Amino acid sequence: MAEEIKVTCLHDKHVAQGALMSPFAGFDMPIQYAGIEVEHNAVRQNVGVFDVSHMGEVHITGPQAEKFVNYIFTNDIAGAPVGKVFYGMMLYPDGGTVDDLLVYKMGDNDLFLVINAANIDKDVAWINEQAKDFDVVVDNQSEHYAQLAIQGPNGENTMRDVLDIDCSDLTFYTFKLVNYNGEEIIVSRTGYTGEDGFEVYATPAVIVKMWDLLMAAGVQPCGLGCRDTLRFEAGLPLYGDELTAQISPIVATLGMFCKLDKEGGFIGCDACAQQKAEGSEKKLVGLELKDKAIPRHGYDVLDTEGNVVGYVTTGYRSITVGKSLAFALVDRAVGALGNDLQVQVRKKVFPATVVKKRFYTPNYKK
Amino acid sequence: MSKIIEGLFYSESQEYVRVEGEYGYIGITDYAQHELGNVVYVDMPEVDDEVTAGEDFGAVESTKAASDLMSPVSGTVVEVNEALEDEPGLVNKDAFENWIIKVQLSDKGELDNLMDAAAYKAFIGE
Repeated sequence: MAEEIKVTCLHDKHVAQGALMSPFAGFDMPIQYAGIEVEHNAVRQNVGVFDVSHMGEVHITGPQAEKFVNYIFTNDIAGAPVGKVFYGMMLYPDGGTVDDLLVYKMGDNDLFLVINAANIDKDVAWINEQAKDFDVVVDNQSEHYAQLAIQGPNGENTMRDVLDIDCSDLTFYTFKLVNYNGEEIIVSRTGYTGEDGFEVYATPAVIVKMWDLLMAAGVQPCGLGCRDTLRFEAGLPLYGDELTAQISPIVATLGMFCKLDKEGGFIGCDACAQQKAEGSEKKLVGLELKDKAIPRHGYDVLDTEGNVVGYVTTGYRSITVGKSLAFALVDRAVGALGNDLQVQVRKKVFPATVVKKRFYTPNYKK
Repeated sequence: MSKIIEGLFYSESQEYVRVEGEYGYIGITDYAQHELGNVVYVDMPEVDDEVTAGEDFGAVESTKAASDLMSPVSGTVVEVNEALEDEPGLVNKDAFENWIIKVQLSDKGELDNLMDAAAYKAFIGE
């Protein structure tokens, strides 16, 4: 039996504004408003706003909250100052990825986890299962929070001028609590676009009010279509494509977010250490095609002799870079930078070269 | 309202054929280009390739997705619209002017299986 599709607090506004809607992660979400290219360029050059209220939020508190989160999370939050945000993953013991997530340090033993919408039920079950031996309280607040992402070089000005929130004191991957209309909201300098930007977590009532202010100010509403093209150009993974239960962060070349030496380790640490030491069988690489043909998710990657050596995880005719580019999961042996490969696009085969995954250099405010 | 031209033959998969003598110019309809959004790549066959009615001969792609091109008729490709290689967005500017392939028709009887403008208009609900 099909589950009933969920909606965000802004759903009626998306429909009224003429957005193209489509199911994503169990939610009926806006894919595009003015068109993927227009929205993509607005974020690269000016500012755009995304409704990302489908994302999940889990609050973890209790005497062992920090110890617990550090045990299920690949990055190292031990001793971090309040106000810091961390990116990392939760892993299975074999190194496969449960999810990638953000951890906000709200206080000592007070952590706020932001997880992918498609994984909320799975993640909460996983966290609760691991929490049995720890003195912690796990509170799934996904229904309580709505979320906006205000992204682009004019993000800081927009936060100040339209929403009256001064973010000049926030550096990349930090957050603060702001009193807004009598409500305490979370504002972080984070995002998923490769540009400077902010993410705001608040109740639906506040998020709707903010959306109306942003629309009245002429800020470009953006859909999930350009969210994907933007994150792709910036070399950022999407759970389900570049990270899965079968793809570890080591395979996805995200080892910098796995602190293998941290005290107490983390679930999946040994598997990651082994993959790092011995070299994993597969590796995620960037591919550049010389032709205009577009490598799409699932297309075969071949070596120069025509043997299948992997597949495309995400691919686009890149809007900012202007090339046909892909992430591909390939045999490690053929994944060296500069190596010549091929991509099967329908009936034809096109030459491709292994390049760095970060196709576009992000403009973060460090 | 999508543009629809009288005298062309239309397929349910949103291609058209403009017949001139023994040749057919095949492209996608205005409705189709609008549904697809900005075309960023057109995958075309080569001259002398055979195409078969109801089978794919290439694809038109937007940033978001690839959409197969299904040939409404059978025949031999005698020309491809090379302008689309450099400027695929021409399909959005005028889908009927910017045909994709020119085919020497092998069986004009196949045209009877396609819709005329009035039937196509009803088909897309306009």
